[in-house]
Amino acid sequence: MIERFAEVVRAASRRGAPLRLRGGGTKDFYGQALEGEVLDTGGYTGVVAYEPSELVITARCGSKLAEIETAMRGHGQMLAFEPPHFAQFGSGGATLGGTIAAGLSGPRRQAAGALRDFVLGVKIMDGRGEVLSFGGQVMKNVAGYDVSRLMAGSLGTLGIILEVSLKALPLPVAEATLRLELPEDKAIETLNRWGGKPLPISASAWTGGELGVRLSGAAAAVAAAREKIGGELVDAAQGERFWAGIREQTDPFFRGAIEKTAPLWRISVPPTTPPLKLPGEPLLEWGGALRWLCSHADARTVREAATRAGGHASLFRGGDKSVGVFQPLAPALMKIHKELKHEFDPQGIFNRGRMYPGL
Amino acid sequence: MNIAATGINFLRQAEVAGRLKQLLSAEAVLHAEEDTRSYESDGLSAYRQLPMVVALPSSEEEVRQVLLTCHELKAPVVARGAGTGLSGGALPMGDGVLLSLAKMRRILALDPVARTARVQPGVTNLAISEAAAPYGLFYAPDPSSQIACSIGGNVAENSGGVHCLKYGLTVHNVLRVRAVTIEGEIVEFGNETLDAPGLDLLALMIGSEGMLAVATEITVKLLPKPVTARVILASFDDVEKAGNAVADVIAAGVVPSGLEMMDRPAVRAVEEFVHAGYDLEAAALLLCEADGTAEEVEEAIAGMTGVLRRSGATAIRVSNSEAERQKFWAGRKAAFPAVGRISPDYYCMDGTIPRKKLGEILNFIADLEKKYGLRCPNVFHAGDGNLHPLILFDANDPDQLDRTERFAGEVLEKCVEVGGTITGEHGVGVEKINQMCVQFATAEIERFRGVKRAFDPGGLLNPGKNIPTLHRCAEFGRMRVRGGQLPHPELPRF
Repeated sequence: MIERFAEVVRAASRRGAPLRLRGGGTKDFYGQALEGEVLDTGGYTGVVAYEPSELVITARCGSKLAEIETAMRGHGQMLAFEPPHFAQFGSGGATLGGTIAAGLSGPRRQAAGALRDFVLGVKIMDGRGEVLSFGGQVMKNVAGYDVSRLMAGSLGTLGIILEVSLKALPLPVAEATLRLELPEDKAIETLNRWGGKPLPISASAWTGGELGVRLSGAAAAVAAAREKIGGELVDAAQGERFWAGIREQTDPFFRGAIEKTAPLWRISVPPTTPPLKLPGEPLLEWGGALRWLCSHADARTVREAATRAGGHASLFRGGDKSVGVFQPLAPALMKIHKELKHEFDPQGIFNRGRMYPGL
Repeated sequence: MNIAATGINFLRQAEVAGRLKQLLSAEAVLHAEEDTRSYESDGLSAYRQLPMVVALPSSEEEVRQVLLTCHELKAPVVARGAGTGLSGGALPMGDGVLLSLAKMRRILALDPVARTARVQPGVTNLAISEAAAPYGLFYAPDPSSQIACSIGGNVAENSGGVHCLKYGLTVHNVLRVRAVTIEGEIVEFGNETLDAPGLDLLALMIGSEGMLAVATEITVKLLPKPVTARVILASFDDVEKAGNAVADVIAAGVVPSGLEMMDRPAVRAVEEFVHAGYDLEAAALLLCEADGTAEEVEEAIAGMTGVLRRSGATAIRVSNSEAERQKFWAGRKAAFPAVGRISPDYYCMDGTIPRKKLGEILNFIADLEKKYGLRCPNVFHAGDGNLHPLILFDANDPDQLDRTERFAGEVLEKCVEVGGTITGEHGVGVEKINQMCVQFATAEIERFRGVKRAFDPGGLLNPGKNIPTLHRCAEFGRMRVRGGQLPHPELPRF
């Protein structure tokens, strides 16, 4: 299959014809432009190596994220960045390659770290059809530049992610979800106060006056933290459904965005940023550092609010993409982006324009 | 005719120093040998080179001006923090400018609520944690040189530390780096939120050994200090059993905050030095720490003690007070100086391997001790498979130095062979540049060079470190055979 990929890539490079890399197709909605002939990576599947005692799993790009996570759960482990599957947006669910390329992390990101923090190594195919390996299967590796992490969130613009090694973590022994009633400003203040304390908070989500907090860790630590945080204990199954709804965007907040055909903004800000007070409904995650906004507000208003706070806003789903899906980069940074793109993909064939026009 | 005894072209030196003196105060530009001598090496003192000129800017604007001038004059620039690096990453160049960031050592802002600190590159690692301590916060990566090493150097090397098994490396704990490119452009990688638009250039910048841009401001993440910590000291009568116990602890589902191992020669060297009360009869000792709330720690210590017993520990002690915990750690932390007492010189390696290969690599090292007639005590960050074998030698004996280098080369190549890497946390620098040819194939090295070009097209920032030229790989000759093919088949052999 690698040989077939290489033929397609070399042929496309010769003609300068764009290729659209696609795994499960669950995130076709995400990013700027979908250009070129589809190169389906879904067929390149399989777990290459998984040894629970090494805390590392290596798998091919077409492997289903769901299958990977099920295999890991069987050994009491997980992908701690809790990536979304977005099964409702495509047939058959997310693949590992697409997950890495999109670089999206779920609710546990606030405590465990982002997807890029768990990438240990990659095997990629560049625009010349060459197979390259960077990083490895070990926890610490500073040989050469960290090209593996560069692939996380690269939206397939630098190459085909063929194989990836990820750090695994043990599943928490105990979890509990608490629900509190708080207005937005109080929720932000409270989340930041808790953030400075050694509490086992693994996720948080606020919308419409209700704050959900998930505790994960040793049974005794979760019990002790419940006392400190207070609120109402949510039934375990219901709690699990709630966090799945936040992660997968099947929660009523996100469904509402689809029903109202309102664009969904993803706004990343310092966690202490006060309520943004933009038109539309917000949902807060990650201890206040991530603000979802379902709003018809114009792009400039949203971006200015994000920038003022020291953050950035992406048009995550829906809306008019001509305003730019991702926050524009400073010219000096864009220049580096273009140079890097040229080094990995000299003919500019991979996911052309998916991240920024002209990249 | 223009070359001084030190190998430095003094006409060129006068030209570059003269231009820099127009930008910086007179005492911030050094070129007299008595002033530049102290910059001739970093923590890897086997490599020495007098810099042509040393520049000590005090502000980002001064850094920018120096870089613009060096760019115009095509003078290479080597950035340096505290000079504690262990791979020669800050080795100066005889035709270049050594850019010391030591004067930029201010903590610019510390936000205890957002849990971030914005600091200049010359601030020491420990100073950040000290500034954060009154708020119950700390900066997690703790390299053993933390009292001296600078955060800018940590960014350049992606430094780790004893607790990175749980808290991650520099790359996991830095949110934003503001830097100046060789062309004098100010760039920001990452930001004070949890992600940034575009490609993850922050990940590229961290661990880039000063080859992509010069950091002028760094925002780090601060974490709440764990309420308490306890450490288990476990003895094993067999090194391989201890290695397997490490895998058993990890597989049991609790990630310790530190998991360290020392073999008998290392234990004996440190015990004589610090009297930590270590078991001198053990073939290997494990230090296994849990931190967190009191409840978490109790649960973890009980679990880990059980695993270690089942894995064949011959004796187990658990620290019962903070003083005892510090005492247990004192030995491990003093391992390098302790070894320094028993040998005129030692050479520290930094390979990382999959944990399950610990036993195999230890046996391999024991065989090399016989082959090269040199002793090699071992200390490891066992939890993450990062080895620090210490080859004992006398640098005044050229034959011993040569044997040491060949010994080290074989160990690093073995690390690659078993699926690991030549460097886990110390960096490639000048020291391991030949082994890069073993770990990476031609096309991969070419892409690394492409990354460098994207930031620094003229190749002026720290040239000759980290990424070898293909020519060098061909000359080095010992290359990795992958799939039955030599990795650089297109190159002429010498």
